[in-house]
Amino acid sequence: MISLHLPALQVVVPLISAPLCVLLRRGFGAWLLATVIAWTAFAISLALLAQVLSDGALSYKMGGWAAPWGIEYRIDRLNAFMLVIVAGIGALVMPCAYHSVAREIAPERQHLFYAAFMLALTGLLGIVITGDVFNLYVFLEITSLASYTLVALGADRRALRASFQYLVLGTIGATFILIGIGLLYMVTGTLNMADLAARIPALQELRPVRAAFAFIVVGAGLKLALFPLHLWLPNAYTYAPSVVSAFLAATATKVGVYVLMRFIFTVFGARFAFEMMPLGEILMVLGLLAVMVGSLVAVFQTNVKRMLAYSSIAQIGYMALGISFASVNGLVAGIVHLFNHAAMKGALFLALACVFYRLGSVELDAMRGLGRRMPLTMATFVAAGMSLVGVPLTVGFISKWYLVVAAIESGLWPVAVIVLVASLLALVYIWRVVEVAYFREPDGDAPEVTEAPAAMLVPTMALAAACIYFGIDTELTVGVATEAALSLLEGGP
Amino acid sequence: MSDLLILRIVAKLLIPYILLFGLYVQTHGDFGPGGGFQAGVIFASGFILYALVFGVANARRVVPPRLMATLIALGVLLFAGVGLAALLMGGNYLEYAVFADQPARGNHIGIWLVELGVGITVSAVMLTIFLTIAGRGR
Amino acid sequence: MDVIGHYNYWVSIVLMMAGFYMVIASANLVKKLVGLNVFQTAVFLLYITMSKVSVPDCAIDCGTAPIFKEGFTVYSNPLPSVLILTAIVVSVSTTAVALAIIVRIKEAYGSVEEDEMLRRDGE
Repeated sequence: MISLHLPALQVVVPLISAPLCVLLRRGFGAWLLATVIAWTAFAISLALLAQVLSDGALSYKMGGWAAPWGIEYRIDRLNAFMLVIVAGIGALVMPCAYHSVAREIAPERQHLFYAAFMLALTGLLGIVITGDVFNLYVFLEITSLASYTLVALGADRRALRASFQYLVLGTIGATFILIGIGLLYMVTGTLNMADLAARIPALQELRPVRAAFAFIVVGAGLKLALFPLHLWLPNAYTYAPSVVSAFLAATATKVGVYVLMRFIFTVFGARFAFEMMPLGEILMVLGLLAVMVGSLVAVFQTNVKRMLAYSSIAQIGYMALGISFASVNGLVAGIVHLFNHAAMKGALFLALACVFYRLGSVELDAMRGLGRRMPLTMATFVAAGMSLVGVPLTVGFISKWYLVVAAIESGLWPVAVIVLVASLLALVYIWRVVEVAYFREPDGDAPEVTEAPAAMLVPTMALAAACIYFGIDTELTVGVATEAALSLLEGGP
Repeated sequence: MSDLLILRIVAKLLIPYILLFGLYVQTHGDFGPGGGFQAGVIFASGFILYALVFGVANARRVVPPRLMATLIALGVLLFAGVGLAALLMGGNYLEYAVFADQPARGNHIGIWLVELGVGITVSAVMLTIFLTIAGRGR
Repeated sequence: MDVIGHYNYWVSIVLMMAGFYMVIASANLVKKLVGLNVFQTAVFLLYITMSKVSVPDCAIDCGTAPIFKEGFTVYSNPLPSVLILTAIVVSVSTTAVALAIIVRIKEAYGSVEEDEMLRRDGE
């Protein structure tokens, strides 16, 4: 019986844990509860993926109301895969959070931190699982509000400024999506994604539909930090508490990309988006700019967290490029990169959380000679970094391979060249960290540091191991991504 | 505390009716205009008026922050718990129809309970926002 | 194209742009927040006005409030109002979070002016 209700439980279980964290009032109790719940959510998402892979798409009627009228939770391969990514990162980040949060957050705020964290997880899972566009907006705002709070909890006072900037741009983005949803409702009279998809083809000449498309793409672009709408991202990721950076970098922007894909392919349909509207050209140009500018700016950063934040902008550019081809290989590249980037950015930011835990800084200068003092942490960083560059036998290679294949298929050689050049730039900025950590002697007055605690190290290494394992055994990730891409391109959920 | 006698007397007269009206909107929300959001805000506004006239420190004695934090959490738990209860009684999440022998009566019970949860959380949240920001820096 | 008949959209667009302008142009964080609120409210108006159902040349049987009553057959759509109730709650929460952040910015920086904050961070 319980397996029937897994779609509801996926969202409700983390939701209930948030008020319980508030009631517990103890940092440790809240952490324990949040960890157990995060792993439960991960187990539920795996069960859902197994169900979807064996039986096809699932549908759940919230409150028992039938589909176009009530809120429907609809799970196909794409969102089952996304649920595993989001819940998996949540589950791996939580064990690290205990030490890291104990160091970075005041004791009386820790239980509230975990409550906000669980709300952010709830919102992300909700965005992914829902089949109703207004419900999607509400979950989007739940996540966003929780993330603004989490970012503002950073120790540096610039975290407050970053959080406010994030809030203003995030709210504008969400409001744009709201306008788009309103215009769609005005012409179709429905909010259900499948129902919208059935009605839009007959109405696609209407101006409100086109305006809705533009508003939703720009709104989602703000949320996923698509160049040049990325201005909130570097500051937010730099000044947020370490585990928050890891969690948001690995999940929040990916979910933004998912929202974009869902609207383009399921709601509006690929034909409308790429033939009637010039979305392919726009996404390609912006994606290429993001890849180049993000990588170039990352090379010149001295704060490693900020470097990775700019690298995230470049990686989001790869996903936008993948979407812009509107071909199977392009979409596979985009979808696989959702998973791969989550794994490698999660590992990189968690490694930085370990460094910050011991060192109290993630400035490049402070990391001199760290390779000898924290060998495991830095080895993990290098492994995940190699994946970011796209070295063969890592996940980064897989997604870039599909991207280059898709570019060549479309006869766009220059795009393939730019992707390769940007990979070299990634090598440059990862190498800067490697050089400082392994080939520089630490300053005389550098603090004595030892390896990070096992609770932080094990999840970090697990993510880095995933970067390599799924770079060799691509059957699961590429298999799911290919089927998801095919069903997206066919149209309909 | 305000020195103005008229303000204090009028506030004392008004506050009970504001709270009563809040409760009316709360309890009639399931079959008339009203509901938890509106009721919660009206109910909180009674306390906010008290805080404006008699001072934030006095208001904090009436509604201590810890109690508010507990109420916020309990309201959400009540809402989510009603959903889970529906699930345990064989319906889908938040399917109120299973609460009674007839769907209409089940919906009545379910909506009433859920609105109660919303009302508790909204009023506690509104008060917390006001008291936290008003009491800052003193 | 009917310009006057779409006056509700004009109102909403003017408000939206006014709010947007405030967000971009003012350096004071509180003013930015007010602009953001105006911006969101414009969207609420867009939703609420589009739910009005009207009949051409109606004298009495125009779209009324969605309450069943003898003699009325055309009702306005209640759903957008319900949606907007949710969006208003979201907007209230956003405002509360933003105000809390502004209060803490004031405590940390001693100012809520953007240029002043940048100067004090030495950027």
